[in-house]
Amino acid sequence: MLKKNEIKVGDTYSEKLVEDLKRTQIVQYAGASGDYNPLHSDDKFTKEIAGYPGVFAHGMLSMGMTGKMLTNFVGDGTLKKYGVRFTNQVWPGDSLESTATIIDIKEEDGETLAEIAIETKNQDGATVITGSATAKVG
Amino acid sequence: MSKIKMPVEKSHIMMFARSIGDANPKYYEEKDENVIAPPTFIQSSAQFDPDYFLRPKIGGDNWFGSGKEATGMKSSGSGSGGGGAAMGLHAEQHYEYHKPLKVGDVITAEVKPGKSWEKESKRAGKLKFSESVTEYRNQDGELIITATSVGVVTEKPVEN
Repeated sequence: MLKKNEIKVGDTYSEKLVEDLKRTQIVQYAGASGDYNPLHSDDKFTKEIAGYPGVFAHGMLSMGMTGKMLTNFVGDGTLKKYGVRFTNQVWPGDSLESTATIIDIKEEDGETLAEIAIETKNQDGATVITGSATAKVG
Repeated sequence: MSKIKMPVEKSHIMMFARSIGDANPKYYEEKDENVIAPPTFIQSSAQFDPDYFLRPKIGGDNWFGSGKEATGMKSSGSGSGGGGAAMGLHAEQHYEYHKPLKVGDVITAEVKPGKSWEKESKRAGKLKFSESVTEYRNQDGELIITATSVGVVTEKPVEN
């Protein structure tokens, strides 16, 4: 858990989420989450029917990996809100890095909360996720 | 009202945590009471939706992924993700956490339709957005998570 006297607005935390994303990890996410959309595992369908260059990751895999960075930063069981927009697709071979920035620290209903901005980028610097989170602070 | 009834299981949390590459030991604890779930774990409640359209059904013959042909769809269905140029993608996902998920909980979900809107985009033509709000409750009726999902159907594949 973040400590009130150890954080300030503008503090950042970054983490590498994945290096050279493998198709097998995308399949692993499909199996665990239950989302078997062929766009994520079926190259033939994705190229010939959907019109994309090949399979790509579930947005929710990127959100899940970004969540790893987030909980490593704010601590387990402290999240009150976590939300994202998917701004670009994530492809096999991509390497992702995610950054959290504290944008506000406030008191609400007797709790101290940190408002956090989130951005996940690929190896070319393109943003694949923008998001926000609210976490309890100790 | 969806028919989701999801037992929260330790091994499911372990498999989910592995799939997102998260080695946090709290996701792999031996004792049920010590296990916690990753913040996006509730998404896997899809496993417990008997009608989930992104899972091939046992004995079903209309799965839209490839077999001999590029799509197994025998008729041109109109469901999102159903192939052709009009393809459903996930645009946004938001969670509000009210109480922690615990191993042994049995979660039910109530889905409420939200707003819908349209937007023009250079990269994918006309975009049709639609929102749904899902309330996840435990066996005692307590609200655990509120999830807001925004889907988008694009006029053409997104240019990259």
